[in-house]
Amino acid sequence: MRAIDYQAPTSLSEAVSIMAANGDRARPLAGGTDVLVQLRGGRREADVVVDTKKIPELNTLNLSDSGLQLGAAVPCYRIYQDSAVAAAYPGLIDAAGMIGSIQIQGRATVGGNLCNAAPSGDTIPPVITLGGEAHINGPNGWRTLPAEDFCTGPGRNALENGELLVAIQLPAPAANSGTAYLRFIPRNEMDIAVAGVSSTVQLDASGQTIQSARIALASVGPTPILATAAGDSLAGKAVSDEAIAEAGRLASEAATPITDMRGTIRQRHHLVDVLTRRTLNIAIRRARGEE
Amino acid sequence: MPGLVHVTTTINGNQTDFLCEPRQSLLECLRDVVGMTGSKEGCNDGNCGACTVNMDGRIVCSCLVLGVEAQGAEVNTIEGVASAEGLHPIQQSFLENAALQCGICTPGFIVAAKALLEAEPDADEARIRHWLAGNLCRCTGYDKIVRAVLDAGERMRAG
Repeated sequence: MRAIDYQAPTSLSEAVSIMAANGDRARPLAGGTDVLVQLRGGRREADVVVDTKKIPELNTLNLSDSGLQLGAAVPCYRIYQDSAVAAAYPGLIDAAGMIGSIQIQGRATVGGNLCNAAPSGDTIPPVITLGGEAHINGPNGWRTLPAEDFCTGPGRNALENGELLVAIQLPAPAANSGTAYLRFIPRNEMDIAVAGVSSTVQLDASGQTIQSARIALASVGPTPILATAAGDSLAGKAVSDEAIAEAGRLASEAATPITDMRGTIRQRHHLVDVLTRRTLNIAIRRARGEE
Repeated sequence: MPGLVHVTTTINGNQTDFLCEPRQSLLECLRDVVGMTGSKEGCNDGNCGACTVNMDGRIVCSCLVLGVEAQGAEVNTIEGVASAEGLHPIQQSFLENAALQCGICTPGFIVAAKALLEAEPDADEARIRHWLAGNLCRCTGYDKIVRAVLDAGERMRAG
């Protein structure tokens, strides 16, 4: 790795002024599990690494009536070790508990996963289906983006020079709602998704009718994809194998995968169909309180 | 050209001061600056776990931590596992179960297994295999390592 300067600001305003002063030569650091590998391998360059872990707003993990405020520098293990957060957002826990190894989960963050903008980022689909918003601060103040608009291409995100992702805000889970994330990898742990799907459903009080659904896909396009037509197809439908199969078919249609060393286009379309049906069924059981 | 940074940290209970460049990983600082070569470099990108250390109560890959991030932290390495009285039960059980061959991965496995067994001394085989998925071994085929950790759990439960 070429020489860098290291800054560890203790306030958001200080961090933003360092980021703004250094433009595209500054790189925020949270868990470092992507950015340090990229800097060392020459895939990204920086003059200044800005450690965000000492900034209070980025370290917040606050569950309240208005939902979850998830600071961008909060590592995965803090999310799944918090029993109240784990109970409220099992779909997020599915993903936070499967990224990398225990060692990686001790450092890696959901905010970093979003900023790294890998199409395969496991935590991104559940953040999207849960209705997550990215809270961004920069030289021009605050702005908010829906999570599905945050990643703009492989390794590219919507942040302008000088801006920091501060937190991800998840709305409070609606009554009778559930979320699940699954990925396919050819082993049990420590691999990058060939395909991944998150589904969030909201049922009516009887648990028999789907009021609304959101489905998001990983590793089957240049960014994580919100499969809007697939989710919308379930609105107002009774829970049935046919409705779920139709959503699986539409989700598969929304995928735009490539063939690479991990899988083929055909396999990935098939996986999206299967994983959509499986995650919908888990999300429905969770919405009914059955698991 | 940024200069050297003075880092004060606690390594295996001892306050330790070192100077490093901001770009240097904690692993490089431990091995090349502090002279503690127990933690090994395997892949240098977070896949193999040979550099595993315990930092503020969590196991991490020290190759994916900057040395400057250790400022004020509590770092525990393989060098701190044995006591003056002798080997730690995990080390003893690695020896008795022949859970190592070339030995490069062993410090990482022991530091990782120690964190697990201290929190969950009754961890079962599935839990141990899941916990150790971030540690790679090219010699043993893992069975002897898993058996050694199960055995160490028994020893630690027996006190």
